[in-house]
Amino acid sequence: MSKFKRKIKVGSQEISTASLPDIVFMLLFFFMVTTVMRETSVKVAQKMPGATEVKKLERKSLVSYIYIGKPRQNFQSIYGTEPRIQLNDAFAKVSDIRDYVTSEREKRDENERPLMTTSLKVDQFTKMGVIVDVKQELRKASALKINYSTRKVTEIEK
Amino acid sequence: MPRRSGGTYSAASMADIAFLLLIFFLVATTMDVDSGLSRKLPPMPTEDVDPDQSRIKERNIFVVLINANDQLMVENQQTSIFDLRKKAKEFIANPANKDDLPEKTIKDIPFFGEYPVSKGIISLQNDRGTSYNMYIKVQNELAAAYNELRNELAMDKFGRRFDELDKERADAVQSIYPQVISEAEPKNIGGK
Repeated sequence: MSKFKRKIKVGSQEISTASLPDIVFMLLFFFMVTTVMRETSVKVAQKMPGATEVKKLERKSLVSYIYIGKPRQNFQSIYGTEPRIQLNDAFAKVSDIRDYVTSEREKRDENERPLMTTSLKVDQFTKMGVIVDVKQELRKASALKINYSTRKVTEIEK
Repeated sequence: MPRRSGGTYSAASMADIAFLLLIFFLVATTMDVDSGLSRKLPPMPTEDVDPDQSRIKERNIFVVLINANDQLMVENQQTSIFDLRKKAKEFIANPANKDDLPEKTIKDIPFFGEYPVSKGIISLQNDRGTSYNMYIKVQNELAAAYNELRNELAMDKFGRRFDELDKERADAVQSIYPQVISEAEPKNIGGK
């Protein structure tokens, strides 16, 4: 007598689809958790310049953003076409940056404050004048770690 | 009226609904990784800085100027952006120990022992009218010069690229080629 019984084939069997919703739900939850809805709507043009030596920005929770660029089309009638600074959800003046940095700093844990980075998201057609002003303000606010946001390219174009 | 039997309903459409939601979140998700060039701004100068102390010998400074028309001048010569990397690398490493390129000081560095470290400083100055695009290109080329030198050194010594080294070895390489890019106080020459 053989120890193993030979299985008898019973017609053609279908795979049960009962677990399909479970799998789909699993994926769904993954994407629901990872999705970050943008809390600020960017009101200025944002086409980043390309660079080859980029590094990834770590610890996103410690990053505060400053957007600079021409106002988007629908804001141009009010704010003109000169590059403007945007902090949070509103257009701002250079002098507002210090308050912004302070308020951003207040939001973070005390021991994490030295690690805070300011990311400058600047449109590539901006002139350096406004950026120089912003950098001076950041120095005054002693927010010294900055990051110029760029696209990763393999080679710089002319 | 006859009651329909059972209170159960078909769960077959549950998968469809879940799929619908899944597709929505798939589309809405942006996995944008923020990347860029990290720099550290110098702190605001205090009043009582001795002006003599900040003087650095001319041979130790690599002057990069960008004007309002996005033209580049490196060490008093008009240069194209494509030559900047080579020039910067030569300046930083000073392989032939030339007299007009930076001095070196012998430092004791882990893994390397006594190693001559260049005193060179890159000084970058731009105009208020310089375009941001050009500025980033120059910053990028200077960073590339440092990265290439670090990679070459790491390859020579450890047989691996710089970004594959562990922390201690990377620190050692970094102290041989520290990234010193100094930005002068801004000037306004070319107008807006």
